[in-house]
Amino acid sequence: MAFELPKLGYAYDSLVPHIDAQTMEIHHTKHHAAYVNNLNNALQGTGNENRKLEEIITEISKYPAAVRNNGGGHFNHSLFWEVMKPNGGGNPTGDLSDAVNKYFGSVDKLKENLNNAGLTRFGSGWAWLVVKGGELVVSSTPNQDNPLMDIAEVKGTPILGIDVWEHAYYLKYQNRRNEYLAAFWNVINWEEISRRFKLAIH
Amino acid sequence: MSFELPKLPYALNALEPIISQKTFEFHYGKHHQTYVTNLNNLVPGTKFENATLETIIKEAEGPVFNNAAQVWNHTFFFLTFAPNAGGEPTGALADAISKNFGSFAEFKEKFAKAAVTLFGSGWAWLVKKPDGTLEIIQESNAGNPIRKGFTPLLTCDVWEHAYYLDYQNKRPDFVEGFWKLIDWKVVASRF
Repeated sequence: MAFELPKLGYAYDSLVPHIDAQTMEIHHTKHHAAYVNNLNNALQGTGNENRKLEEIITEISKYPAAVRNNGGGHFNHSLFWEVMKPNGGGNPTGDLSDAVNKYFGSVDKLKENLNNAGLTRFGSGWAWLVVKGGELVVSSTPNQDNPLMDIAEVKGTPILGIDVWEHAYYLKYQNRRNEYLAAFWNVINWEEISRRFKLAIH
Repeated sequence: MSFELPKLPYALNALEPIISQKTFEFHYGKHHQTYVTNLNNLVPGTKFENATLETIIKEAEGPVFNNAAQVWNHTFFFLTFAPNAGGEPTGALADAISKNFGSFAEFKEKFAKAAVTLFGSGWAWLVKKPDGTLEIIQESNAGNPIRKGFTPLLTCDVWEHAYYLDYQNKRPDFVEGFWKLIDWKVVASRF
């Protein structure tokens, strides 16, 4: 079965003013859709069409660049849409909150680490919060790579991904990636990240 | 000695509608300027304090390389353009392009493909190799062919910031417009 572009759980204009509607629409219907189409094309006729995306990603070194780039693009954007929500923000609660305090000292310190990972990723890429061996770590990857990939420098289960490709913010923030990263915390969906955290540690 | 943002030989709106003034204000006034500022902040106290941009590009790593190469790449990119330019190269450069790629049309097609298919941020280049042959290469992020011993002749910036305000995800449209901005006399002088 071919991969499909997932629907968003909210409207394109519902993250305004932090992320504008035009950016959301192009990001989802053009960029993400292109990754899905290109991934399906890259897998067609290879015998791997029916493999799960995560199975492909975790063995990405066995696949050509088109699968790495577009499979990563599909996986990363699918995660990205879910870790945001309208009227998001605030702080994590429960076990995730405890883990954040344990590994980073405070949620502000985690935000600082993630902002720094996003800002210092030169070129296109992603900043990540990763469960690695039961611990929380922050990392970043170039282009559409991610921590599940067997080629990643920091391997683990990503529970939060922040897109720092310029297409994620350029229409509204232009060269000011720092302002986009600051705004992201107003749309973060901590409940979804908690859900992913629980799955990753069990 | 500190590095400086080069002056452009045309107005920021002179390449409209292919590249908008707004794009130039950010691309030249913010991105290019930031690479210059960052480089000037990074080199004091390093062995590159009095080095030329080319030496830094050949020898440095990490942020010093990234900012130096981006200063060089953007200067090279912007100085290729002129209002009412385009057309085709002439003379020895035209002969070399035909010899290496079959024809100018075939060269354009290959170069455009390199620019459109480069994944992520980077630059497409036409270079002259030490043996005199021409080649089209892709470089990621701040990559610069000087590091490989090649002579850059022409480049197209395909970082999204180069075209996103004007073309969004439609990079092929930007690359198509790019041909109409090239001052081939400048490219010939590099050859």
